[in-house]
Amino acid sequence: MVTIHHYMTLSAILFFIGVFGVLYRRNLIVIFMSIELMLNAVNLSFVTFARYTQSMDGHVVAFFVMALAAAEAAVGLAILVMIFRNRATVQADDLRLMRD
Amino acid sequence: MEFHLIGLGKAVFIWAVALTCIPILIWFERKGAAFIQDRVGPNRAAVLGVRLAGIVHNISDVVKLLTKEMMVPAHTNKWYFTIAPFVGITVLLFAFAVVPWADNLRFGRWDIPMQVANLNGGILYILAITSLEVYGIVLAGWSSNNKFSLLGALRSSAQMISYEIPLALSLIGVFMVFGTVQLGEIVRGQGELLWGFLPRWGVFVQPLGFLIFLTAAFAEANRNPFDIPEGESEIVAGYHVEYSGIRFALFYMGEYVAIVLSAAMVTTLFFGGWQIPYLPTDRIVANASTVLRVLLTVGAVLSFVSAIVFLRYDKRLSGTWAKGDLRNQEGKILAVVAIIFFVMHLVAAIVLWSVELPEWGTAVVAVLAQTGMFVLKLLFFCWLFIWVRWTLPRFRYDQLMRLGWKNLIPLAFLNIFVTGFIILLVERSG
Amino acid sequence: MQLVAFYIFAALSVLGAILMVTRKNPLGGAVALVVSLASLAALFAMLHAEFVFILQILLYAGAIMVLIIFTIMLLNLSREELKEPPVGKVKGLFILAATVVGLVGFIRVLRLLPEGTEYVAPTFGNIEKVGTMMLTDYLYPFEIISVLLLVAIVGVVLLAKKII
Repeated sequence: MVTIHHYMTLSAILFFIGVFGVLYRRNLIVIFMSIELMLNAVNLSFVTFARYTQSMDGHVVAFFVMALAAAEAAVGLAILVMIFRNRATVQADDLRLMRD
Repeated sequence: MEFHLIGLGKAVFIWAVALTCIPILIWFERKGAAFIQDRVGPNRAAVLGVRLAGIVHNISDVVKLLTKEMMVPAHTNKWYFTIAPFVGITVLLFAFAVVPWADNLRFGRWDIPMQVANLNGGILYILAITSLEVYGIVLAGWSSNNKFSLLGALRSSAQMISYEIPLALSLIGVFMVFGTVQLGEIVRGQGELLWGFLPRWGVFVQPLGFLIFLTAAFAEANRNPFDIPEGESEIVAGYHVEYSGIRFALFYMGEYVAIVLSAAMVTTLFFGGWQIPYLPTDRIVANASTVLRVLLTVGAVLSFVSAIVFLRYDKRLSGTWAKGDLRNQEGKILAVVAIIFFVMHLVAAIVLWSVELPEWGTAVVAVLAQTGMFVLKLLFFCWLFIWVRWTLPRFRYDQLMRLGWKNLIPLAFLNIFVTGFIILLVERSG
Repeated sequence: MQLVAFYIFAALSVLGAILMVTRKNPLGGAVALVVSLASLAALFAMLHAEFVFILQILLYAGAIMVLIIFTIMLLNLSREELKEPPVGKVKGLFILAATVVGLVGFIRVLRLLPEGTEYVAPTFGNIEKVGTMMLTDYLYPFEIISVLLLVAIVGVVLLAKKII
């Protein structure tokens, strides 16, 4: 029988893979996709809680997270393309105008 | 166990319909193009002298594509290059799971919906699944490592994303009118009559929605006038330049399956699906024996007439080919087949005039009649796709984007508001 | 039966996620992420969340990921541009260790969760139910989300324009 622990463990694993990607990789696109993965892991836990507490609020919240992710994807990718146009790079480490 | 067997049978049936439509569509395309351009079209290939006006040509095509070498150019990404052709067609075949092709089969304790999966999501499931189709094209275009392929893939992904929006928005009016997103329920809602004489089909209650949907469906299926991802005069063949043999055939088949799916959606949502106008299911069931007798008699007459036509055709044909070529005898062969059909129909009709159908028989007759209606409508809309392809020129890329974003989307919103307004008015007055 | 399906989809999603994080080429990573997201959609379906299942495929796999792949192909990065500055061995190991420690700690906390109920109402996760909820209990968040999307659209148009 699949229990709440199975789903929550999977959600945690996916979330931390995403965290690792954000911390370790320097490619902006990959960092971006890692954030999407983390959002999805959170969605999985929302839906799991909805299933095991018998209330559908989790589904609605998951929908909101997806709408947020869509807005984030649109704006984020537009910024990414602009950065590439102006600086010809997609590496996070090269973007240090404000620091130096 | 029974449940799983029935489900399997239904899945096999709908896939058989979808895949059988491919050769028919290719035949439509060749003969239709020839007809529109005032040519003859394929008329040589034959099996034992039977050419069937060019349908047999498809068999030789399949043999050619199967035996051709599958080229893999250098500097490609082999793994993606190999799996890309499978993605599109697999995804499209999954989308057929929610298409209903007849009313529920009801007799005794049975009540089987003629639809593989009666999902609560209904049409949204088709929209979701078909949105995955673009990956096949994108992967193929990118892994080919070819400028033209990449251009085709880029164009395709932009086009698919843009036209999904009007496609989905145009359906909202349909949802509002019928009050559901389940395809079975939508088709059932189209069985009623408007003002006592007009079938309540989607096209009559949502004319603007239908036009927007049809346009967007053409773009989603990558068909002319929106076939810029593979515009052969601009970017050779777009995403499948580098493909050959059966891998190319998979793309080719995928295109036709996409057409069949679009035609199925147009039929179910806007043209009453399996509904036969003025003949609701209970009326067919009540008069099943009469319906069957009439159909068999018509079939007998038709096969008799075609036998005569084939015999006259045989007279005209004699001596066209070299001596000993079986193709000289085609008319005779076809006439014999027609006569066999005539006899079969006649016998069945005579038997049926004397017996009444049992209960399960009436239910099966209703389902068969509705399935036939559905397939007829499906084939008509498939033909529409081909008709348009050979009639209209291709759009330019910026024209395509302007049409999608600046014309279709505002029109779709307008359609939603007008529909809501009318529904409110009707509810107030009624 | 359910357990087998769960393990298959869970393995697929984890595999896709790991591939996404480790692939050098972002396009390969994006495709791996699509596999991961699709298997997550299957898990949503197993959790009786039909609405979320459809949205996951429609929005995530069908729209957001296509947008990302579109961007990757538009940039069409060369091998040199993809080369990342090497992360120091010590730093890399530290990140890995921190992630694993965090994960293990998190899973230990999750152990405390109660089992939850087995029962599922037949209409649970229906589109009608979720839709009604969205337009009654969650009306204000819903409207705010629509405003947010509008702002995002305007912002993207402004960003994409060279001359305003």
